[in-house]
Amino acid sequence: MTENNFSLKKIEISVSEAEKRTGRNAMNMQETYTAYLIETRSVEHSDGQSVLTDSLWRRYSEFELLRNYLLVYYPHIVVPPLPEKRAEFVWHKLSADNMDPDFVERRRIGLENFLLRVASHPILCRDKIFYLFLTQEGNWKETVNETGFQLKADSRLKALNATFRVKNPDKRFIELKHYSDELQSVISHLLRVRARVADRLYGVYKVHGNYGRVFSEWSAIEKEMGDGLQSAGHHMDVYAASIDDILEDEEHYADQLKEYLFYAEALRAVCRKHELTQYDLETAAQDLAAKKQQCEELATGTVRTFSLKGMTTKLFGQETPEQREARIKMLEEQIKEGEQQLKSKNLEGREFVKNAWADIERFKEQKNHDLKEALISYAVMQISMCKKGIQVWTNAKECFSKM
Amino acid sequence: MGKLGETGLAATAGPARTLGMEGECRASQARSWGLPAGGAGGESPGGDAPLSGSISSSALLQAEVLDLDEDEDDLEVFSKDASLMDMNSFSPLMPTSPLSMINQVKFEDEPDLKDLFITVDEPESHVTTIETFITYRIITKTSRGEFDSSEFEVRRRYQDFLWLKEKLEEAHPTLVIPPLPEKFIVKGMVERFNDDFIETRRKALHRFLNRVADHPTLTFNEEFKIFLTAQAWEFSSHKKQGPGLLSRMGQSVRAVALSMRGVKSRPEEFMEMNNFIEIFSQKINLIDKISQRIYKEEREYLDEMKEYGPIHILWSASEEDLADTLKSVASCIDKCCKATEKRMSGFSEALLPVVHEYVLYSEMLMLTEEIGKLEDKVECANNALKADWERWKQNMQNDIKSAFTNMAEENILYYEQCLATWESFLTSQTDLHLEEASEDKL
Repeated sequence: MTENNFSLKKIEISVSEAEKRTGRNAMNMQETYTAYLIETRSVEHSDGQSVLTDSLWRRYSEFELLRNYLLVYYPHIVVPPLPEKRAEFVWHKLSADNMDPDFVERRRIGLENFLLRVASHPILCRDKIFYLFLTQEGNWKETVNETGFQLKADSRLKALNATFRVKNPDKRFIELKHYSDELQSVISHLLRVRARVADRLYGVYKVHGNYGRVFSEWSAIEKEMGDGLQSAGHHMDVYAASIDDILEDEEHYADQLKEYLFYAEALRAVCRKHELTQYDLETAAQDLAAKKQQCEELATGTVRTFSLKGMTTKLFGQETPEQREARIKMLEEQIKEGEQQLKSKNLEGREFVKNAWADIERFKEQKNHDLKEALISYAVMQISMCKKGIQVWTNAKECFSKM
Repeated sequence: MGKLGETGLAATAGPARTLGMEGECRASQARSWGLPAGGAGGESPGGDAPLSGSISSSALLQAEVLDLDEDEDDLEVFSKDASLMDMNSFSPLMPTSPLSMINQVKFEDEPDLKDLFITVDEPESHVTTIETFITYRIITKTSRGEFDSSEFEVRRRYQDFLWLKEKLEEAHPTLVIPPLPEKFIVKGMVERFNDDFIETRRKALHRFLNRVADHPTLTFNEEFKIFLTAQAWEFSSHKKQGPGLLSRMGQSVRAVALSMRGVKSRPEEFMEMNNFIEIFSQKINLIDKISQRIYKEEREYLDEMKEYGPIHILWSASEEDLADTLKSVASCIDKCCKATEKRMSGFSEALLPVVHEYVLYSEMLMLTEEIGKLEDKVECANNALKADWERWKQNMQNDIKSAFTNMAEENILYYEQCLATWESFLTSQTDLHLEEASEDKL
């Protein structure tokens, strides 16, 4: 999947290399990190030839910056996730070290996948900052920060508050949140068990390798059995060695599942935004209602609800008619403003729901397609493993029967 | 299992006797005896060499009384003094008619004429005030004349097997007596009598009796017969009897053998046997450990796999489009689990017991070969041991070969089953895909 299917732009993006670098960090301490080479090619419509238009190096933290920016500016979009920062769900052989070449390679693929997802998204692909990420090596970080997106970001506290207090969120978003929780939980569980299964399978295969060594030593004292033992031993070695490639392939399958594990978080982010927007709306409506009531009370002189003003008025004497008029006037203005605000917030809210839901539908289709393919590729891997097994054991059986 | 009459001879006394003992065919006799003076490798099966003169020049054991001229015709030897049988097996009872012996004559071109079939099953727990123990049912079916009936059913406990083994060792100190399963397994045993332990022991006891039955000499041992046929009270009173005259003879043979340590000259054949046993013992022990480890790893793999399938079902509950695919994957994984279970049970039925038995054999042989370091005076014992040794080695090769061939077959079957499962999943998914594609077109 290297071509952007969106018809306006036909570009090919690849993260083609990874390189270890050393440099100085913000605290002027030396650090080692990995840089990734991003190459962009534009494809000519007529002859399909591609021309390298840009190539630059980026490190993981810059990818993170890009994504955080996208999250703030496109809260209604399910923003593609980045590959994991640290290796998780490892089984014993895989190193959890970020510098491990296998990990770096899988991360390179993950980063490429991220860029391709963004590039093929109908809305995200048009973003200027994304474009600059691909084309402007120097100064890009400053450019992003200049957008002031960090300030625009909703505080976690605010979001949490909204989650607890919102009264009437759209039912679909409630369901979506449940779904994303379930998805995250089930995929985590699956990845954990898969890692344990891989570990055990590794053990089974590798122990067979010991047969190879012992058969070989044993064959030295046997006359008739010697040859058979020796060659059978060789096949045991082959069998034991075959598990390495098998499990390496399975790692890619695990990565595909991991992407959707992280996508669950992106889904939750959209739900949170909705809750925030909705809560905002509800609060504004409440405020407006309160002001209207206050106004009415002042106008009619009835006190239906308890108010501090009302209390103090009772205690310290009523205000003058002029004062009261002034207050009513102010309230009426506020109410007008409030009504405007409410109207626009309502509109915002509905827009958000509409756009978000459109992207969620798009996401659902993508998810179903991708995960189905992943499951099929798992079956393909199992088939390949079985075929290898049949071959090795058939060879071994021949050797044994000739003993 | 080695066939009667296939491999070398096994006898305790002089060579002439052994000719009559078990109806070995000529070729196999030659295999054992016809060694060139230069002492080539002790293992040379096959090859039809005439009986060499070395037999006639062999010295006889002290206990030896009879001196028979070597006769190439087995049958004729058989038809001679039937008392030969007695001396050879050191048993107090006489075998019956020579005619019945003819049944046991085996020529290489004739099919297996097994006439003694033994099974060990139905372990049962017995509780007395003093102890708890397990007995095993032993069923013997035979066409042999010297047995009073054609079918016997008795119950024996492990102690009784130990008694039998001791008797066999006494009577045939230079033969390779099959091993018994261990008395107890120290590691990881919570209960003395858990089901796995009992089952493993039962299988091993079954093997033991069948090995004895298949052994050309041991099969006619009188204590063996009593073990298989005597009812409870008869058996326990027999056990109480002191060692008989002839078994005392057996003891003295052993004493002679053991007293003659200190090797002055070591025949080359024994050097080789020595060497072989040492290395074989090492290797078979390793193989045993490796095999046990494989079984353990497979068990743990199976445990994890059993958890793996259900997660896909759980997932399918949250999904719509993906639900069917996920459920199919779960079912494939479950089928592979069943195939794994089957493979494991095949492993524990065939390979593990065989390998372990040979571990026990090799332990025993390390000791027995002490007896092999004999002087010329007991050269017959040498020869007898050598003959039995050849036979044992051939059996071992066959057993190992078939155990490993069987393991390979189990593995092939396992992978074929899994392959079929996943391939049919793939087909179903592709079919669905085509269906959906054609639906879209409509």
